[in-house]
Amino acid sequence: MYGLAATFSDAFALLSTFDHRAVEIVSLSLRVSGSAVILGTLIGLPLGACLAVGRFPGRSATLVVINGLMGAPSVVVGVVVYLILSRSGPLGGLGMLYTPAAMVAAQTLLVVPLMAAIARQIIEDTWQRYAEEFRAMRFTWLQSVTTLLYDCRHSLLVAVLAGLGRAMSEVGAVMIVGGNIDHATRVMTTAIALETSKGDLPLAIALGIVLVAVILVLNAAAFAMRAWAMRRYG
Amino acid sequence: MFPLRLRDVRFQPNGRKVLDGIELELGGEGITLVLGPNGAGKSVLLRTICGLLEPTAGQIDWGGGARPHLGVMMVFQHPMMLRASVLENVALALKPHGVPRVERRRRAADVLDRVGLLARASDSARLLSGGEQQRLALARAWVTAPRLLLLDEPTASLDPSATAEVERIVREIRTDGTRILMTTHNLGQATRLGDDVVFMSAGRVREHASVQRFFARPASDEARLFIQGELPWRMNF
Repeated sequence: MYGLAATFSDAFALLSTFDHRAVEIVSLSLRVSGSAVILGTLIGLPLGACLAVGRFPGRSATLVVINGLMGAPSVVVGVVVYLILSRSGPLGGLGMLYTPAAMVAAQTLLVVPLMAAIARQIIEDTWQRYAEEFRAMRFTWLQSVTTLLYDCRHSLLVAVLAGLGRAMSEVGAVMIVGGNIDHATRVMTTAIALETSKGDLPLAIALGIVLVAVILVLNAAAFAMRAWAMRRYG
Repeated sequence: MFPLRLRDVRFQPNGRKVLDGIELELGGEGITLVLGPNGAGKSVLLRTICGLLEPTAGQIDWGGGARPHLGVMMVFQHPMMLRASVLENVALALKPHGVPRVERRRRAADVLDRVGLLARASDSARLLSGGEQQRLALARAWVTAPRLLLLDEPTASLDPSATAEVERIVREIRTDGTRILMTTHNLGQATRLGDDVVFMSAGRVREHASVQRFFARPASDEARLFIQGELPWRMNF
């Protein structure tokens, strides 16, 4: 019991003194996952909107694939990105393997299907209510998509948050394509796994606290923003 | 675009006769009220003219030319409101017309002034009352200066004061040169607003006459019973 209390005490000490190792790891995690979510937003939300509005041959199959990829194991995505970026892979010449850029690529691949699937559902519900009027106003397909994305902007925060949660909490993909290299590609989840296996629990717990705190703060901010939007726009 | 002629227009999904050989000709001016019992096909007629529904058979002749891409607008009984300001909701309609953003907002403000909503331009459209939302929907159509405006029961579920305001706006839009085709169940509104009446039942146009003649001397027993509020339910089908 004393050991557990001492471990937590050490963990809080690391946080309160802004331990340089912890700060470095948290900073890289936020940069990698933040970049992946920004890319996921730019790709996933328009993709979801296109799937909601578009009617084309193979749409149902595309939806099945996108929905299926939502739950793709991160290690599988990691292996795929590894094969693409490895020296003998199609993008091996870029020399991206074991860099933060490779981790961003892997996490982007992880979050895009999730964000697209959630966005598709949200936008399709709205589209069913608006479609007739958009057609009466002679909206083009692109005008419909952009207007729906704008109209659903507050609801789409859910998709962004889901993507962020997935990106920040996954460990398999970044471990494979990043290599968990100290001072280079070590992020919170890979550091927690490593430090726990080494028995350095204070750092693992400190990083775990930060990870949970970041996700809670972002969710609270999103909740507040949605509440404000409901009051402001109805 | 005018005269707009519908020749033997049918809309019969799965064999159900929703529109059953519509014959109708509309000139380029005035307000035509489409009357008829529920299920007569009034809203479907408007949607077909708007191009939202494709007729199963028959022809719609737009004054000898093709259906205009722009120039026909429709206002629905329950208009959609974007989660945006009143001004943005009106300016939205000018997007397909290729009007620059600044000009869109200027024109939207002008029309909002004419429908009495300029003071609420920056408010959220979804927080307007039902009557105000319907005025916004009319403004959204009006801002595009349509040649033909289709109104699907725009005053259903509005109180008398909101109805009167909508009727004022409809008259102003007509004065601007827009041809109006409007469905309603309000016979008083038909006499106040309409130049002529199209009476429909069971997917057919039964009568097309001036308002005065329709209400003074309806051509059919069905129309007479409808005016008296005594049209039996079974005759609607």
